[in-house]
Amino acid sequence: MSGNDLHLTLKVWRQAGPNVPGKLVTYDAPGISPHMSFLEMLDVVNERLQEKGEEPIAFDHDCREGICGMCGLVINGVAHGPRRATTTCQLHMRYYKDGDTIVIEPWRAGPFPVIKDLVVDRAPFDRIIAAGGFISVSTGNAPDGNAIPVPKSSAELSMDAAACIGCAACVAACPNASAMLFVSAKVSHLGLLPQGQPERKARVLRMIAQMDAEGFGGCTNIGECEAACPKEIKLENIARLNRDYLAAAVTRRPETGSGGAG
Amino acid sequence: MSAIPLSDIRPLGATVGKKVLLAVTGLVMYGFVFIHMVGNLQLYAGPEKINHYGELLQNAKPLLWTARIVLLAAVGIHILLSLQLWLKNRAARPVKYSHQDYQAATYASRTMILSGPIIGFFIVYHVLHFTVGWAHPDFVKGDVFHNVVVGFQNPFVSGFYVLAMVCLGFHLYHGAYSLFQTLGLRGPTVDKRLKVVLTAISMLIVIANISFPLSVLAGIVKLPAVSAPASASLAAGK
Repeated sequence: MSGNDLHLTLKVWRQAGPNVPGKLVTYDAPGISPHMSFLEMLDVVNERLQEKGEEPIAFDHDCREGICGMCGLVINGVAHGPRRATTTCQLHMRYYKDGDTIVIEPWRAGPFPVIKDLVVDRAPFDRIIAAGGFISVSTGNAPDGNAIPVPKSSAELSMDAAACIGCAACVAACPNASAMLFVSAKVSHLGLLPQGQPERKARVLRMIAQMDAEGFGGCTNIGECEAACPKEIKLENIARLNRDYLAAAVTRRPETGSGGAG
Repeated sequence: MSAIPLSDIRPLGATVGKKVLLAVTGLVMYGFVFIHMVGNLQLYAGPEKINHYGELLQNAKPLLWTARIVLLAAVGIHILLSLQLWLKNRAARPVKYSHQDYQAATYASRTMILSGPIIGFFIVYHVLHFTVGWAHPDFVKGDVFHNVVVGFQNPFVSGFYVLAMVCLGFHLYHGAYSLFQTLGLRGPTVDKRLKVVLTAISMLIVIANISFPLSVLAGIVKLPAVSAPASASLAAGK
């Protein structure tokens, strides 16, 4: 097997903390098996760094099966690397050639400060969800299954949007660092279902207000987000968000006091 | 975290709201450049036709000024909001990538902030050239045909018109479809047809507009041969 091993050169963004300058550091990475995933390759590099007594490269990861949304690196200028619909953890080294140089950078966006090296703080996404990315349900007994009819087409579109894992590759890939694809996926997945209707208008207004407050850019409809998305969330969702926003903005009424159990 | 009060939300101040205004003002201007191009096609019908058309517009003062005010407002809002959004978008990525490899973005979509100002500068020049006449070497009020032909006989002027129209083509290539996305007026069944129709209209606008200066330079559209000797003989007669 070792005959197929790759000898790579890595240029990795190293940054000790949030408010210190970082820089690209070059590492020699010989003996990389093409069967490794990208993150396993980094594990090997880190092991060697630790053996030499150097600080390992910090990067985010969790499930390593492409569904948690934790991993995310900009690899040679492309969020999640060169493979379409593939998270960084599902990218394998067999797509690289012996002698390749690979530049690895963190997601770059003002609202996502670097915590360390390749790890960024994606808490703004949590705050956008908290602003409206939910539905309110009564507690108590579970409702009857299929009590509320859901058209199949709506269910499918909703599920497609719900595939968003919140990795923020859309923000990383967008030249404006816009979070519109993420927000549109959440707005669509709830807004397409009957259960999402009561809060539909307030949801889109609040989530966009939070998105703007976090400092993300606006959408210029160029499609980099869609191309980078590992879950293939479509631009059509952004059109739906725009439509919902316009409708909510035009038809909203003065608030008549807060709701509640009474 | 407490909910954002809905009464605090100003939709027209939000990125999405500003984009809607950009789209609406863009649509107004898109409609204008199309009608403007169709009207100008009368250049090929000879001096009487286009001069009569000019007279018709000049005589409809209330309509003319309504159109001018609406267009001026549209241009102003479009420029102001696009600059605001551009600054916000730039600020959203304070640290750039060492290298970014675009996967989907077209050249036209990434250069809206360049094609826009060139078109803006062109509009100012165009108005001074053919409407006010200050930037014209031999402006005759009311003689549209004469002004156009004389104006375009300068290859540098014609070259700038062609360049501006190419920029307009790039701007419309992205902008026309983009505005429907921004207004949410698209879906899988209409997408293809919408793209075909918009691309056809945009190409028609650009090609027809570029044809005017080129026709003058090529001598296809020229001043009537009779007018010069007629005035010369008139002068000689005196």
